[in-house]
Amino acid sequence: MATETTLPRPSQGTVQQILGKQAFWVTISVFLIPVAMTVIEPSFSAAFWKEDNFFNVTRNFAFIAIMALGQVAVIITGGIDLSVGSVLAVCGIVLGLLMSNDYSFWLSAFVTILAGVACGGFNGYLISYLKLSPFVVTLGMLSIGRSLALAISNNKFFYKFGHDQTLLIELGGGRTFGVANPVIVLVVLTVIMGFVLRYTKWGRHLYAVGGNEHAARLTGVPVDRLKVSVYVLSGFMTAVSAILTVGWLGSVTNGLGIGYELRVIASTVIGGANLAGGEGGAYAAFIGAALIEVIRNSLLLAGVDPYWQGTFVGLFIIFAVLLERIRGRKVN
Amino acid sequence: MAVLDLRGISKHFGAIEALAGVDFSLEAGQIVGLMGDNGAGKSTLVKIMAGNFPPSSGEIVLEGKSVHFHKPVDARAAGIEVVYQDLALCNNLSASANVFLGRERKRRFGPFSILDDRSMHDRSRELFAELKSETRPADTVRMMSGGQRQAVAIARTHLSQAKIVLMDEPTAAISVRQVAEVLDLLRRLRDQGMAVVLISHRMPDVFSVADKIVVLRRGHKVADKPIGESSPEEVTGLITGAIKAA
Repeated sequence: MATETTLPRPSQGTVQQILGKQAFWVTISVFLIPVAMTVIEPSFSAAFWKEDNFFNVTRNFAFIAIMALGQVAVIITGGIDLSVGSVLAVCGIVLGLLMSNDYSFWLSAFVTILAGVACGGFNGYLISYLKLSPFVVTLGMLSIGRSLALAISNNKFFYKFGHDQTLLIELGGGRTFGVANPVIVLVVLTVIMGFVLRYTKWGRHLYAVGGNEHAARLTGVPVDRLKVSVYVLSGFMTAVSAILTVGWLGSVTNGLGIGYELRVIASTVIGGANLAGGEGGAYAAFIGAALIEVIRNSLLLAGVDPYWQGTFVGLFIIFAVLLERIRGRKVN
Repeated sequence: MAVLDLRGISKHFGAIEALAGVDFSLEAGQIVGLMGDNGAGKSTLVKIMAGNFPPSSGEIVLEGKSVHFHKPVDARAAGIEVVYQDLALCNNLSASANVFLGRERKRRFGPFSILDDRSMHDRSRELFAELKSETRPADTVRMMSGGQRQAVAIARTHLSQAKIVLMDEPTAAISVRQVAEVLDLLRRLRDQGMAVVLISHRMPDVFSVADKIVVLRRGHKVADKPIGESSPEEVTGLITGAIKAA
């Protein structure tokens, strides 16, 4: 039509699409930061570019990134899950309690996952059907979860895991083909989540709910069920992370995961998820968590006082949002 | 025969009477202009037809059969499509994803089924071509002009063989040039044999496309006549209450 020709044609070629993705720039940063540090501080290179360090960095961020995969689904729908740190503790304590009472690993892991799913289901139900704000509900769960972890553990600390102890420790702390096991789990889950978000109806509907919840409801998208499902997924991912974390640490206390919610949410935001909903992806969660760990590790190896880590990570979060704003201005 | 017949529709919200015994009929290949001031009951009537809520009393007869809608999806399944004033589009999704929202085409692989984007793109492209709009299926709605967004919202109504399309203020928030585009789209819907209800405040739009005009005032129907027998002056009088009925 006549009006068409006068409009600027939006460029949506593959190259522009990639360049327009925040995750792409974060990926570049993940590689550029250590390179820059090597140039500035030659002694850094010897410590950083080592297989052992690579192993540590990837493993360290895997636990957060697995939780971020669940969180990103929540954030795509326009919600938020602040309870993941506390749910991690509940799951870890449940696992520790069962295994220390000599239940098998598989049964304990199954119950742990049920615990995570139950916490997520509780959040999701209140948010979807009672129409309470996700922020408030999950903030409540943050408190409930921590208290449950204390109550269930009776403030005890678990470090003996019965007859399946080696299996648990191996799963969380071991390696397969030189790669830390949690990293393998993370990669598999990222690929699955990436595929599901991009190619299934469920994934498409998550973006629709985040983009325009009212429109989604009018067109017959099962918005309420969908919202429950993302909080359940977040609980599930947190439980998986809890099993691996306990295996890696070799012990579990009710203080597990304090403050993790911020690291998890920060990962998704740095990767390009939009807290207003409708944007984000599995790779965003993965690479965002990777960047935080690379910054942390680089600063540590460069001999920067660890007290400054939070400042750098915080600046990156703000920078990520700023980048988002600048890109948004270009589009509009 | 009328495609849709509303008989004695009333709707109360507590003590407020939004509609009082409105009769309204709609024929295939006809555009009905539904006019009235704010609060006259236009939106309430449309929402009843669209299945957003049931009438307090009265009957909805679709192709000779009495129907009851519990939610918008029921009305859609019966062949009544709505283009909402805000278009109800997801800005973050592509044109074709919006067209197929809630009715995605899928391909099955054993127990799994994945979105069939190619087929949805192809069908959307056809629909946009039918509407003579150059909207591209893969473009994100956020990037589109007002007219293109309208085309996406209208293409959605073509997906199933809709019999009735309700358009709520389609020309309220777009530029003058795009209004002409949207009115053309409406004529094309009529030519394809659909019954169209155009809810609008804009007198010139209604008089340029509608075949029949229905005016509501304070929940009562005050006029229902062929457009040729009315005039903008008369309609203005009916809307404001200067003329009691026509």
